[in-house]
Parts: sequence; structure tokens; C-alpha cells
Amino acid sequence: MRRTPTSDALRFVDDMTGANGNQPAIAIAVRGLAKNYDEVEAVRGVDFEVAAGEVFGFLGPNGAGKTTTINMLCTLVKPSAGSATVAGHDVVHERDDVRRNIGLVFQDPTLDGYLTAEQNLRLHAELYGVRSDLVVPRMQQVMTMVGLWERKDSPVGTFSGGMRRRLEIARGLMHSPRVLFLDEPTIGLDPQTRRSIWAYIRELQEREEITIFMTTHYMDEAEWCDRIAIMDHGEIVALDAPETLKAGVGTDRVTIHTDDDEATIAALGERFNIEARRSEGAVSFGVPAGEAFVPRLFSELGIPIKAVNVSRPTLDDVFMSYTGSTIRDAEEDQAKHRNRVMMQMMHGGRR
Amino acid sequence: MSTTTDPIESAAAVDQSAVPIVRVIVPERSLASELRAIKIVWRRELIRFRADRLRMVTTLIQPLLFLFVLGSGLQQLSAASTHGVNLKTFIYPGILCISVMFTAMFSAASIVWDREFGFLREMMVAPIRRSSIVIGKCLGGAMVASFQGVIVICLAGFVGVPYAPLMILGIFFLQLLLAFAITAFGVMVAVRIKQMQSFMGVMQMIVMPMFFISGALFPVANLPGWLAALNRIDPLTYAVDPMRNLVFNHLSISPLARAVLDPGVTWFGWRVPPLLEAGMILLLGVVMLGVAIWEFSTTE
Ligand SMILES: Nc1ncnc2c1ncn2[C@@H]1O[C@H](COP(=O)(O)OP(=O)(O)O)[C@@H](O)[C@H]1O
Ligand SMILES: [Mg+2]
Repeated sequence: MRRTPTSDALRFVDDMTGANGNQPAIAIAVRGLAKNYDEVEAVRGVDFEVAAGEVFGFLGPNGAGKTTTINMLCTLVKPSAGSATVAGHDVVHERDDVRRNIGLVFQDPTLDGYLTAEQNLRLHAELYGVRSDLVVPRMQQVMTMVGLWERKDSPVGTFSGGMRRRLEIARGLMHSPRVLFLDEPTIGLDPQTRRSIWAYIRELQEREEITIFMTTHYMDEAEWCDRIAIMDHGEIVALDAPETLKAGVGTDRVTIHTDDDEATIAALGERFNIEARRSEGAVSFGVPAGEAFVPRLFSELGIPIKAVNVSRPTLDDVFMSYTGSTIRDAEEDQAKHRNRVMMQMMHGGRR
Repeated sequence: MSTTTDPIESAAAVDQSAVPIVRVIVPERSLASELRAIKIVWRRELIRFRADRLRMVTTLIQPLLFLFVLGSGLQQLSAASTHGVNLKTFIYPGILCISVMFTAMFSAASIVWDREFGFLREMMVAPIRRSSIVIGKCLGGAMVASFQGVIVICLAGFVGVPYAPLMILGIFFLQLLLAFAITAFGVMVAVRIKQMQSFMGVMQMIVMPMFFISGALFPVANLPGWLAALNRIDPLTYAVDPMRNLVFNHLSISPLARAVLDPGVTWFGWRVPPLLEAGMILLLGVVMLGVAIWEFSTTE
């Protein structure tokens, strides 16, 4: 079911070459990249390209292989198969050149809590060999951008989760990377902070010549990306602009409230041949041209309807249409699988 | 949406235009960048140590207990056999060695700690070799541990050891060497072990026997056969012995006392020269550093 980047995306890439002479138009190119950990096939051969200046998102449930892919692109993990170039350099054979050109914000925090915000950024700049007279101006720029310049002398230990994340983004930018990798930059943050982090990312992309590669498992966030790849079980199942993906679903989501959900689901199956599900106290199903379907629904269902809602497909529906399950179910499956493995291990251990 | 309810976003919106874009360039990796990386890791070790005053105190308590409590307490029992030499004076070189050892161990432990808190990962994605991280770590650990050693050196006067400049210089280099070797050993172990508790457990299991067998608390001549054998294969023996030799060179005691208390390490009757012993510690340290680098470069 895998799809390669559409011809639209490729044409977009061609356009970039003209505009930006010396910078490679393709920021990230990946061919058959795979990683096995003993038994686990964490990433099973993915192909994609990211154009320079794009905000590209990896969307998938926990355990889909997003972090493993980022680690391979950032030269932290050796691929088992396939190849990739980042900023024009091979991730296996030109590791140092890749590293000079990328910034990385890890999924787990990696700040030094003993040091102040400024000391953390200074250390990073030194590690990358940033010219000493440029350290302070650059620091001021990136810290102002994330709204932390006033707090530069506070120890990081006193920062809230959202502030730390913002500081990590600023740190990842200290050495003017051409490609910035963000692994779940908004995980565990409140909606307002999440929104502001997205505002920074978007602003960043406008102000600096930078390509942003990020992962998330929040469906709603992927809307911010220029293009997204949906990942499940180590494979890319869909890749395109969020709008195109949603349009490709071809159905609208209809949600109806009735007194008898069971009967409604049965009636929908009998009369319209529609497979409906119960979700959050209502019955919901996908149908092409939802608005036009509503009058038929009222006249032919034979069960009183209390309320109806028709909505355009969301990325949840996209995920559903490609994988056959919702992203939340996929995560529950993962958790169940983990539990089962744990149980087996405990069981085995006792014998 | 009103911007007043969102201080973060509005702050960003106001400030942006005022601050110019500064673009920086990351130079290619070179020897200079490796040296810089070593310096950064080394210095971070010192900053860490300075920030952690509690550690300075706790690692000092143990040697003080040994030196003054054990030394004074056992003095009554041992007065006959030490030929007039104070027991505290006798165990002083050994105590110096263990206080350096414990501090070095704690320094190495921070590599596990760093991993737990992720900071190490940030260094691992920078355009530097992992060997620079390990070398910086070992040098920094050695430096921190020798601060501890310097404090113990300052106590020399209280246990009847003279402040002879040459001796102090010698002691300083010997303990620096030991601190380096122990840190290298600790880092070698730490790369393999991912949990702090297991690391401390393993280190205790290895370091405590090494300390007791080394002869830090007793002369190494006329031991029972099994203990003599263990003593000769214990690397720490070769750090304690030259240290004691150096201290005893500067004491004014009877030749008999010297012969009993500082017999020197022998291999099948051959007295191992102190300089060779020091060389062995250095070699061991370098080999373990090599192993640590190799391990660290191959882990993911
Ligand atoms: N170091 C590792 N050793 C063994 N298995 C791993 C390792 N890292 C990741 N995995 C496995 O690979 C799969 C993908 O993990 P990951 O890339 O972290 O997913 P995501 O970031 O999408 O949540 C998971 O099943 C995970 O258990
Ligand atoms: Mg992840």
C-alpha cells in the first residue's frame, strides 16, 4: 500500500533548485532505510525525500519507528539496510559533515539541569566550534525567538516542561543547522504551549533557511506540516500534504445521536450497507458526499435521530483508511502487546 | 484569539523584528575541534564537582575515618610491631590512595548519570569523536580526584609525615596517575552498565576487595601464600607501594622499622622498582582508556 512522493512534490523540489542556487534542493533523501534490533524490525525499508525549506512530519503511534528513523538520519544509529543523505551528505560515510549541518531535539530532555540556560547554550556552541564573537548575538536571537532571553541566567532546573522544550529548540538552533530534527517536540505539553511551539517552528521556517523534520503522534498537529508521512509498524503507509491526504479519503464523517445505538448500527448496515461504529456515545461512519446523504438518512433510517453532524475527514480518518485502525487503537495494541510480552517473561521466569 | 491571553506568543511576535538574524558556521572536524571537545568535557567535570559540595565532604569522610579513627584506635595493639612508628604514619600512603580512588569512582559514575539524564546524547550527536568524550572524562575525573588527594596531602603534618617538596610533588603525580587509571576503569565499566545502582554495586564489589588486598593497611611481606598471590595480582598494590616508598624515604626512622613496614613488593624474591610500578599503573590506565574508547564507539 506504500505510496511514493507524488509528482506534485517532485515538481516542487525542481522549483527550489532555481531559487536557491548553492543549497541542495533536497534536504533529506532516504532509500530503503531499515533497522532491526534483534527480533524487532523497528523500521522496515522506508523511502522519502524532503525538499529544502519544507516542514516535514512523521506521524504515527508509539513504537511505529519514528525515533529510530530520526536516530539513523542523525548518525546516532547505523542502518541495517538502505541509505540516506542529509544536507547532501551520506549518514553512514560522511557522519561528521551530516552532524555539522543538523540540529537535533531529542524526545527525552537532555539539558544539564545544573547549568543556567545561557551556560547550556554556550556549551553547545563551543562543542560545535561556533566563533566566540558570534556566540552571544546568536544566543540572543534564538533565545528571544523562544521567549527565554530574559531568563538566560536562571538554572535550567527551575524551568517548567514547556520552557525546557523551548530552550532545547533554541539550543538545537545555536549552530545555524540546515536541517532541524524535532522528535516529538510537543509531547506531554499543554495545548497552549503546544500551539506556541508550533508558532515558533513556523516562524523559524520563514526566517531562516531551514528544513524541519519532526515527529508527532498527535494527529491534529500534523496539520501544521507541509507534508506528512504516516508511519505504522515501521513502514510508511501514506505520504503527502495533509490536505491531499484528507481529500484522498473520499468520505465525510457522519456522526448521529439516537436513543438506540445498536439498532441504528444494524439499520445502517441493512438499508445502506454502511459499516458504522460507536464512538464517544454516538454512532459514526464514513460516507462519500456526507451532506447529500443526510436527507436520505432521515427518510430511510426508520429510527428517530436526535442530532447529526457531518465533518470533513481528519487525519484520524486518513490513518484509519490506511491502517484499518485508529491511532489510539494502534497505541493500545502496542501496550497490549508489551503487556503480553511482559506476562510471558514473568511466567517464564517463574518456571 | 486575543494575544493578551497568550504571553508566550505575543512576546515572540513583538521581539522578533528587533533582533537581527545571526548566521554562524560550524567548522569541519579537526584536531583542534577534538581538543576543544576534550577541554569542554574536562571542564564540565570540574564545574560538576564544584557544584556538588556534598560530594566533596562525603568522599573525604571515609579517609578521615580510616586515618584518624582506625589509625588511633589500632595504635595500642600495634605499638609493639611498628617499631616506634605511628600507625597513622604507616597507613597514610594507603589512605591517600583510597580517597583518590573513591573520588575517581564517583567521577566515572557520572557517565552513567549523564546517560540517565540524557546529556551525554547531546554530546554524541556533535561533530566530534566519541574518544574525545572519553578522554575528557578520564582527564577531568583524574583532576577532580587529585583535588581530593591534595586535601589529604595537606594533612600530612598531622600524621608525622614531613612536608618535603620533592615528596609532595612525587605523591601528587602518583595519585594523579592512580586517579586517571581508576577513572578509566570506571568509565570502561560504566559504558556497559546502564543503571546507576548496578554500576555502584559492581564498583563496590570490585573496588573494596582491591583496597583490602592491596596492602594499604598492612605491610606486604610475610603474608600467607594465598594472600601474597592475590596481593601481587591486585593492581592497586602497585600504586600503594611506590607511594609508601616515597613517604618512607622522607621519614627518620630506624632501618629495622623501615624493613618491616616498607618491605617493598617482590616477585619471586626480586624487588619491583617503584618506577616500574608507577609505569605499570600508567600502562594499565592507558589500556583501560583504550578499551573504554573502543566500547563507547561501538555502542549505540
Ligand atoms: N535500542 C533498541 N533496542 C531494541 N528495540 C528497540 C530499540 N529502540 C527501539 N526499539 C524498538 O523499535 C520499535 C520502534 O521504536 P521507536 O523508533 O522508538 O518508535 P517511536 O519513536 O515511533 O515511538 C519499537 O518496537 C521499539 O521497542
Ligand atoms: Mg519516539
